[in-house]
Amino acid sequence: MTDIDAGELAKSRHYDWAPLLLLPLLAIAALPLIGSLSTWATLTAAGLAMGMIIFIIASGLTLVFGLMDVLNFGHGAFISVGAYVAAILLVPLSGLLQADSLALNILALLALIALAMVATGLLGWAFERVIIMPVYGQHLKQILVTVGGMIVAQQLIIVLWGPVQLSFPLPTAFRGAIVLGDVAIERYRVIAVVVGFLVFAGMLLVLNRTKIGLLIRAGVENREMVEALGYHIRRLFVGVFVAGSTLAGLGGVMWALYREELTPGMGMEVLVLVFIVVIIGGLGSIGGCFLGSLLVAVTANYAGFLAPKVALGSNILLMVLILLWRSRGLYPVANR
Amino acid sequence: MSETAPLLQLDGVNTHIGPYHILQGVELMVPRGGLTMLLGRNGAGKTTTLRTIMGLWHASAGRVRFDGAEITAWATPDIARAGIAYVPENMGIFADLTVRENLLLAARAGDIDEGRLRWVFGLFPALKKFWSLPAGFLSGGQKQMLSIARAVIEPRKLFLIDEPTKGLAPAIIMNMIAAFRELKQTAATILLVEQNFMFAKSLGDTVAVMDNGRVVHSGSMAELAEDRDLQHRLLGLSLDSHQ
Repeated sequence: MTDIDAGELAKSRHYDWAPLLLLPLLAIAALPLIGSLSTWATLTAAGLAMGMIIFIIASGLTLVFGLMDVLNFGHGAFISVGAYVAAILLVPLSGLLQADSLALNILALLALIALAMVATGLLGWAFERVIIMPVYGQHLKQILVTVGGMIVAQQLIIVLWGPVQLSFPLPTAFRGAIVLGDVAIERYRVIAVVVGFLVFAGMLLVLNRTKIGLLIRAGVENREMVEALGYHIRRLFVGVFVAGSTLAGLGGVMWALYREELTPGMGMEVLVLVFIVVIIGGLGSIGGCFLGSLLVAVTANYAGFLAPKVALGSNILLMVLILLWRSRGLYPVANR
Repeated sequence: MSETAPLLQLDGVNTHIGPYHILQGVELMVPRGGLTMLLGRNGAGKTTTLRTIMGLWHASAGRVRFDGAEITAWATPDIARAGIAYVPENMGIFADLTVRENLLLAARAGDIDEGRLRWVFGLFPALKKFWSLPAGFLSGGQKQMLSIARAVIEPRKLFLIDEPTKGLAPAIIMNMIAAFRELKQTAATILLVEQNFMFAKSLGDTVAVMDNGRVVHSGSMAELAEDRDLQHRLLGLSLDSHQ
């Protein structure tokens, strides 16, 4: 065995597998409580789909948290704005969205998503310049101004689109369910899982295979040392913030499609789950964020079926239990 | 730029950290191509001096000149890109990144130069052994080796190294001395903060001693090593206690 092989072996021995067991354990534990295999499968698929959408939204926030130690409660604004801006194209593209053609449906949906991502990317850039930049290193002020920013965005949505709930219908080809024996899984949930995996794989690819990714991972651990090596972390941060905003825009469209409706407060509502995910995953950890998203969403679905009255608190309980086990989250980033 | 001019010069540098006035008019010259030791008791201002040179804390008064340019108000990345490598007291290792990734990050030119990497492996063979292992799994001595390797993985004009022997076993300190001797062969300019006087004596060409935020003595290392009264007065020690 070469020396480098010995290093690889040591690395594999040190990989922390324990948190990965939580999701299968949770699913197995829920099966006898739910009783019906088809109901369990439906709830699990719904939970995985919801978890993927939460991951898309939360992944940008955890990097912003980890990289620049910024508490951005305004992240919810990007979710709402992304969904509402995409809705602008619902009427002009209704022909394509309601056509009996998967290709046309996808084309129209891609147009909606592109518009949402461009809008939230630009909003993210402006948000960072105007709201975040003056309060670096000041957590209390960050909370105040970013919450303020989100309230302003929410009120602007009410001014422009009104306070009432709007419909956000699924494209024709995405409706209906795939039936496997007694189990029916909605098509859109399968698509959400696929998109979530693609985003996760893309992020892992960028973080692990590119110099930019290497800089982001290093910056999450030790910003000062990255600067001492000759890299302007401030420029990196702006890029990450904008990327996180665009992902929130994508997540906003997917969340609206999941619920098939829009409300001005939708960003704020999902933000609570997003923060739970970021905390239990470990600040700045993409792997932790992915696992945390799935755990939070699957728990919410099981709890909603088994005990609707306590469903709201189920994720708080999950967070408490995980933090009692690992006080810095499932996959804590070193030095944080 | 004249080859006889000092590579680094601090003129009347003052640094405040919050309400504390740490550096109080530091005058320091680091000649080209040698190893300058920065000595002094705990709290004398040695680490603050290095951090001020790197722009991690900005001088509130005075000037820092490096290779003919005034870098006092430069941002840290620009100072690093001007040719200064920094090894902090806490080593600044990225624990979640592998040894390879730590070195790759320091190689701003892109890929790591193969010849330079072989030279680094010659200095610190342990790094080759743990090449693909996250740096967090290394021992304290191996982390220190990685921290220094990261600084030298590409040629730089000046190396600022803060207490490289802190907390290390004597055998590893001997390895460090050998590595620094080899680094000196490359005509590198090094400013090294150290508490271990034997280490300083064995490597230093010139020396500056700090006390209460000022440089209170500068000269050749050999001169200080031979003058026990001076050592006692400046550092509160004698070589006898370290031999």
